Amino acid sequence: MTLLIGSMELGLIYGILALGVYTTFRILNIPDLTVEGSFVLGMAVTAVFTVGGDPVLGLAAAILAGALAGACTGLLQTKLMINPILSGIIVMTGLYTVNLSIMGGKANMSILGNDTIFTMVGSKTLVALVLAISTAAIIGTFFRTRVGLAIRGTGDNEEMVRAASIDADRTKCLALAIGNGLVALSGGLIAQYQLFSDVGSGAGIVVIGLASVIIGEVLLGRRGVAYGLFTAVGGSIIYRVIIAFALKVDLFPPYSLKLISAVVVMLALSGPYVKKVLRDKASTRKRRSMVKHIKEYVG
Amino acid sequence: MLKLENLQLTFEKGTIGEKKALKGLNLSLDKGDFVTIVGSNGAGKSTLFNAIGGRYRLDEGSICLDGVDLTGLPEHTRARDLGVLKQDPLKGTAPTLTIEENLALAYGRRSKGGIFATNRKDLKYYRELLSSLDLGLEDRMKTPVGKLSGGQRQAVTLLMCTIASPKLLLLDEHTAALDPVNARKIIEITQRIVSLKSITTLMITHDIQMALTVGNRTIMMDDGRVILDIAGDERENMTMEKLLESYRAKSSRRLIDDRMLLS
Ligand SMILES: Nc1ncnc2c1ncn2[C@@H]1O[C@H](COP(=O)(O)OP(=O)(O)OP(=O)(O)O)[C@@H](O)[C@H]1O
Ligand SMILES: [Mg+2]
Repeated sequence: MTLLIGSMELGLIYGILALGVYTTFRILNIPDLTVEGSFVLGMAVTAVFTVGGDPVLGLAAAILAGALAGACTGLLQTKLMINPILSGIIVMTGLYTVNLSIMGGKANMSILGNDTIFTMVGSKTLVALVLAISTAAIIGTFFRTRVGLAIRGTGDNEEMVRAASIDADRTKCLALAIGNGLVALSGGLIAQYQLFSDVGSGAGIVVIGLASVIIGEVLLGRRGVAYGLFTAVGGSIIYRVIIAFALKVDLFPPYSLKLISAVVVMLALSGPYVKKVLRDKASTRKRRSMVKHIKEYVG
Repeated sequence: MLKLENLQLTFEKGTIGEKKALKGLNLSLDKGDFVTIVGSNGAGKSTLFNAIGGRYRLDEGSICLDGVDLTGLPEHTRARDLGVLKQDPLKGTAPTLTIEENLALAYGRRSKGGIFATNRKDLKYYRELLSSLDLGLEDRMKTPVGKLSGGQRQAVTLLMCTIASPKLLLLDEHTAALDPVNARKIIEITQRIVSLKSITTLMITHDIQMALTVGNRTIMMDDGRVILDIAGDERENMTMEKLLESYRAKSSRRLIDDRMLLS
């Protein structure tokens, strides 16, 4: 039971990460690697503020810092014309140094014994639940506004958005800022949840976010953006529960987490293509046998 | 209204693949003109549109729309006064967004409704517009555009590029990818919207018959220039044969092939 509650909480907090990844990957249609850096950025900023006695302000600062990082990636893509994936890698790499320097040059930082948003409210589950759901609701509402719609349009058909006299460069930067702001918030909450910040925590975080988004879509279905945001959070919870049980029954050693995530994402992303290939093969076979029948009939 | 002066545009300048696509093109349009453009493949028709839209930079020349010099402005700023429709029905709409969301994006700044993309008043307007198409789309406003047929998508795109009442409408073979029945339908809708809103329009087509009957003026392009410009009686009395003849007479090409003009 504690195991279940623990993975629920983690699932909800990482659900906010999944919301960020959903925004860039599904809505903007760009696999954004900035996330690996902005997650830790959120952790580091929050940790510093938390130690200074301002845990809530810390989370707000994390969102801003993440948004700034995302906007940087956006500017590299749109103003300096650097390939989108490379832009993310560049900012992520730069952030490594930034994150270290925020934590005073140390690779990790403990916030043990300080007030966090969880200790202030008293119930970890409640905080995680309220934050995850309200964030999803806010983002869902945002995507129904004009600006939100412009972002969705940019991911769908950029040329059309430009033709509608919308600055697609700006919508891209904005979407990347929002996505990374969410990711940093998730990082900040994780820092307060586990009471430390570690510069290596970002490695593979994109794949974990993607795995959550995809698990949600596969198990809960795809039905529009608002629903998609909730399935991303749902997917994150399911992902954590599965992982917790797999580790519990000693099915896998703890360090196998990332390989499992990688395989899940690979299977899910290749799924539609593999299905299509199999279908095409089946129909070719059918056609061949039909031709054979006709030949036999005629001959 | 629209004044194009000495437009010159070169692709891949300074390489062996250098190609001069516009060679000092001049054209001026009056308000409400509906001009059809014909010309062989590679004459520079689409390039002209892209130059007006701001996709490509000019080497030289100026583009003036309604007294505003567009020449240095970025694409999305020019788009405010332009409606552009291309051949490919997939290009002009966002497939995962619904019909009403696509229209809302296009309506954008002209809408008076608050921060949300759709509101009751706008939706009512979209419904009216859609029912004027007579394709039954007014009952499918929540359908993602990707689920529509090519003709239906092109009709929605046509609404999208005219909904914000642009000063200039550019139609680049916008019926070429459709079957004859749908093509006719889209042309009818085009004529109706253009005359209703009295939008100044340029329409590229390879259908000479259509070029001579739709609109009020026809120009022929060849090798980056305008080589024929007819309106009024002269256009009334123009036939496909006479047009091809003058094409042969004026075209710079040595190997003259009528099919180039018609295909
Ligand atoms: N992006 C580009 N890069 C290089 N050359 C180009 C480019 N676009 C067009 N061209 C060249 O410019 C010339 C004019 O092309 P354009 O597309 O304007 O012709 P068009 O009149 O629209 O022909 P069509 O009737 O076939 O559509 C052609 O020789 C073409 O090869
Ligand atoms: Mg063309």
